[in-house]
Amino acid sequence: MSDLAFHEVAVAYGDRMALHPVSLEVPTGGWLCLIGPNGAGKSSALKAVCGLVPHTGTVTIGGADTATMRPRQRARHAAFVPQAPVLPADMSVRDYVLLGRSPFIGYFGTDSAHDRMLVDDVLQRLDLAEFADRRLDTLSGGESQRLVLGRSVAQGAPVLLLDEPTSALDIGHQQQALELVDRMRTECGLTVVSAMHDLTLAGLYADRLALLHEGRLVAMGTAAEVLRTEILSEFYGVSVRVHHDDDGTVVVVPNRRAR
Amino acid sequence: MIAVTTTRRGWPWILGSVLVLAAVVVFGAMIGPAGVISSANWNIIWNVRMPRVALAAVVGAMLSLAGASYQGVFRNPLVDPYLLGAAGGAGLGATVVIAFGRSATNGWLIDPLPLAAFLGAITAVSVTYLVGAAFGAMRSTTTLVLAGVAVASLTSAMQAFILQRQSDGVVRAVYNWLLGSLVNATWRDVKLVLPYVLVSAAVLLVHRRHLDVLRVGDEEALTLGMDVRRVRIVVVIAATVGTAAVVSVSGLITFVGILVPHAVRMVFGGSYRRVLPVCVVVGAAFLILADVPGRMLQNPAETPIGVVTAFCGAPFFILLLRSRRSSV
Repeated sequence: MSDLAFHEVAVAYGDRMALHPVSLEVPTGGWLCLIGPNGAGKSSALKAVCGLVPHTGTVTIGGADTATMRPRQRARHAAFVPQAPVLPADMSVRDYVLLGRSPFIGYFGTDSAHDRMLVDDVLQRLDLAEFADRRLDTLSGGESQRLVLGRSVAQGAPVLLLDEPTSALDIGHQQQALELVDRMRTECGLTVVSAMHDLTLAGLYADRLALLHEGRLVAMGTAAEVLRTEILSEFYGVSVRVHHDDDGTVVVVPNRRAR
Repeated sequence: MIAVTTTRRGWPWILGSVLVLAAVVVFGAMIGPAGVISSANWNIIWNVRMPRVALAAVVGAMLSLAGASYQGVFRNPLVDPYLLGAAGGAGLGATVVIAFGRSATNGWLIDPLPLAAFLGAITAVSVTYLVGAAFGAMRSTTTLVLAGVAVASLTSAMQAFILQRQSDGVVRAVYNWLLGSLVNATWRDVKLVLPYVLVSAAVLLVHRRHLDVLRVGDEEALTLGMDVRRVRIVVVIAATVGTAAVVSVSGLITFVGILVPHAVRMVFGGSYRRVLPVCVVVGAAFLILADVPGRMLQNPAETPIGVVTAFCGAPFFILLLRSRRSSV
């Protein structure tokens, strides 16, 4: 059981409410995508899960309250891929993926043969094996994103949190990265929560979307339910066309302003 | 530069550098105004040169290890072990003793100078930490570093205030202490600091994997399950105690804590699992070597070791920077 649930979760930075009390659930193996304009509270929601920001209300993973967990325990439950991960220039790809094993290595311990075997396995599965000895500053953007995903997969946590995983990638690498997340989701039964700006991609990969606006949950449902012209124009303040392809894909295209 | 991948491949390098260290120890024992090793000067070698070599090794290893650890825990390449006020506090403690107590404490059982320097360093760093913690240093290391800068200026102001009223002799004595020296090293000094250094080094070496995790930043380290605050405070305490201990017997030997860790990184890569153990060996060897010219250059007068480390270290460091491809 690795379902993720928010019960009245709120995040405040001083006086400013970044996230008003929100309750939602993501079933085991589900993929929820948080969408919404900049500053809507998407990142705050993700960070509340992994203890990076203080929050009120309760976040549970598989029924267990994350607030009562120590960092090590929490890291075994949820892996976080930040928007702009720090990539130490001269660290090797293998050492970076090995960082994902940190929650399983004792305070005085060092990586075991089992940890190194798992890392080799992740490197194979994510086509990183040929880079294993490369320095991180020699990797391209797409390779780096794959690497960071690799670290979170090596972490072995049932919940994967992704903050803008594709914002720095071209369309081909966006597709590659999200396909990889989806593959890991099916192969490992991961529960995925991502924050994304590209609405079409969000609708394409996630099975449910949650639209946040000024820290409040304003719409939740499938792509067809949430990605509607009137909803998007109200909360993003944009004029868009929404196409529904025959295979169920929802495509959002902005309208050019009248000249 | 080759990106070495696993920790295991580091061990031959460590073995190699230990051999180099052994050679340096022999070299350090051989060189001096009394000539090379012979049965005639055995007493000088054992009671004059060897304590110096041993103390240089302990001080060099400790300062390098503490410097590398500070740099890791603050993720800042410019940080050295004196950063949080250790130097200023030790300097103030030594100044007080030299200015007010030198004649009065002549017959004391315990020499108050190292004790005052040690306590001064520990107090200054504690004040920095408390001030920093009060103003949010738990969230940002920058606040802590700035608090250290403030404490350092405060201690140097107090020191200047005291020195103003003193005779030239006292001022010179304080100045010499500040430059750092191993001239009067005895086996007793070595025994005095060794316990602190051993404990400090052991704690720091235990945390080398944690420092590697911290290389991706506080936030990511936390999501990787590390208790960032606890690791930071434990490493800072260990590095400070070790630094204060060696400073108390050697004075302020500068540059070692920055030069050695960076030189090691440039050759061995930035992984702390390798950098910390290698720093111990290279730092020891570096300071033994740096102590040799001081004995001979202005014989019979001594050149302060701090002058030598900076004089030899700076150009070497600039050369290394030219080929710098490593990061903290």
